[in-house]
Amino acid sequence: MRIFWALLRRELASFFFSLTGYIIIAAVTLLTGFSFVVLINTLGTDPVPVPVTELFYLSFYFWLILLLITPVITMRLFALEKASGTFETLMSTAVSDFQVVAAKFMAAVIFYLLAWLPLLACLGVIQHFAHQNSTLDAGTVGGMFLGIALVGSVFISLGCFASSLTRSQMTAAVISFVLGVGLFSLAYLAKQIPVTEQWQARALSYFSLFDQMDDFARGVVDTRAVVFYVTITFLFLFLTLRVVESRRWK
Amino acid sequence: MIAVEHLTRRFAGRTAVDDISFNVARGEIVGLLGPNGAGKSTTMRILSAFLPATSGTVRVAGFDVFHESDEVRRRIGYMPENNPLYPEMRVREYLKFRARLKGLGWRRSRERVSTVMEQCGLTDVGRRIIGQLSKGYKQRVGLADALVHEPELIILDEPTIGLDPQQIRLVRQLIKSLGGKHTVLISTHILPEVEMMCGRVLIMFGGRVLASDTPENLQLRMAGGSQVIAEIAAPAAALQTLWNDHSDVEEFEVTAGDAGFQRCVLTPRTGVDIRSAIFELVRQHGWEMRELTRNRYTLEDIYLQVTKPNTEETE
Repeated sequence: MRIFWALLRRELASFFFSLTGYIIIAAVTLLTGFSFVVLINTLGTDPVPVPVTELFYLSFYFWLILLLITPVITMRLFALEKASGTFETLMSTAVSDFQVVAAKFMAAVIFYLLAWLPLLACLGVIQHFAHQNSTLDAGTVGGMFLGIALVGSVFISLGCFASSLTRSQMTAAVISFVLGVGLFSLAYLAKQIPVTEQWQARALSYFSLFDQMDDFARGVVDTRAVVFYVTITFLFLFLTLRVVESRRWK
Repeated sequence: MIAVEHLTRRFAGRTAVDDISFNVARGEIVGLLGPNGAGKSTTMRILSAFLPATSGTVRVAGFDVFHESDEVRRRIGYMPENNPLYPEMRVREYLKFRARLKGLGWRRSRERVSTVMEQCGLTDVGRRIIGQLSKGYKQRVGLADALVHEPELIILDEPTIGLDPQQIRLVRQLIKSLGGKHTVLISTHILPEVEMMCGRVLIMFGGRVLASDTPENLQLRMAGGSQVIAEIAAPAAALQTLWNDHSDVEEFEVTAGDAGFQRCVLTPRTGVDIRSAIFELVRQHGWEMRELTRNRYTLEDIYLQVTKPNTEETE
């Protein structure tokens, strides 16, 4: 555990050692700001029958942020260590492969959530000017952040996996972007594919990230979606662990 | 401390290490000497449990590096080739992080970091960012990292590469001071380095260990050790008969030098130092002498001879 904390601390700190970390935070803040403008515009014209958090999510900015920043956050994790050779020094200490993968993943998730914090500020601004306590409800906000965390974990685990495959950060970013877009478009396909049988429709519905995120933003926590996201995350972390271990049987 | 038996490591289509066996005793400083691509780094990577062996067994402190790699890794300090570090971290912070990774407790790691920083002359640069340090300092940070958890075995892959002479001297002194307390295995392709630091040399070439001995013994083994060169002002014929009759001189060659001096190249019987005898003879005859040297075979000669047959192929 001691080793895990040391690793986690270093991984998390390294996001702030480099310019990349600040650029990511700035980019997310900018995009959240844009979506905030869109939101204010919508709120200013018509009365809307849905929760504010859902409106936020409905603008495409959410997916843009998710698809763009997760590869950038994760590309460094393994690829840089492999390229610079520090992977060798890291692995020749008494750390286990599992600790390394877990610490890197955790650090990326924490950083990702930190980058989302400005959203909370935006919501706070709305709350302040709405003069109405019912505008924002802790449940919907919590649901939304839970959704952001869970979907983010999925994309970050994809990124970890991509980064473990290669020594080049660019390649890692491209692989994880492609995997991410792939998963994302499955959600589209889920809507487009004509289904002939009931089970197909059900299977596809698990991949419809939109609907699931919609639920989260509305404050509905659907256990099926939670289990699905957690499973996918663990699947890709497991694959990452296997790739890291693979140097032992190559 | 290290027991390597029939170790082989193949990469796709290439055998990097080919059936090598050697032992290293506790407290020894052993140098792995060989040209680039001889399999030194691969051997070290296997020893540090980073790479698995294709076949053969490697034991460090009695533990198998593959099956008990945790135990092995706890006992070694490994500095890979090119000494990779995290350039964005500060020196003290990095060493502390490494100490924690190696399982040292909070207080213990603080103590040890201070100790190794002093040992490696890093006290003044503790707050500097590693990426901005000179190469010599970086190398010392790598060394400090290898030492921080007081490992029984220290494996250093090319520890002095790319340093200036002054820095090389410091690093060598440091490594030399580790002997006795720690077992040290260093790799290098710089010969004087081995002569200076190591109690024993393993010459590797083409994935095999070609020779394993102390630097002195290796020199002795080469052509009986030495030749003696003497420049004496005397009639060539007199010198010829003199050497011919001398029982300790096995072979000799007398050539004319300038200003009436004769250059004699003498090969003595193995293990006999005939220099004082020569001086005595010259004195008795009342001749003049202006040079008397022993021409030692250097490790370089041995190295070149051992690795001669197909050097060109591998480069």
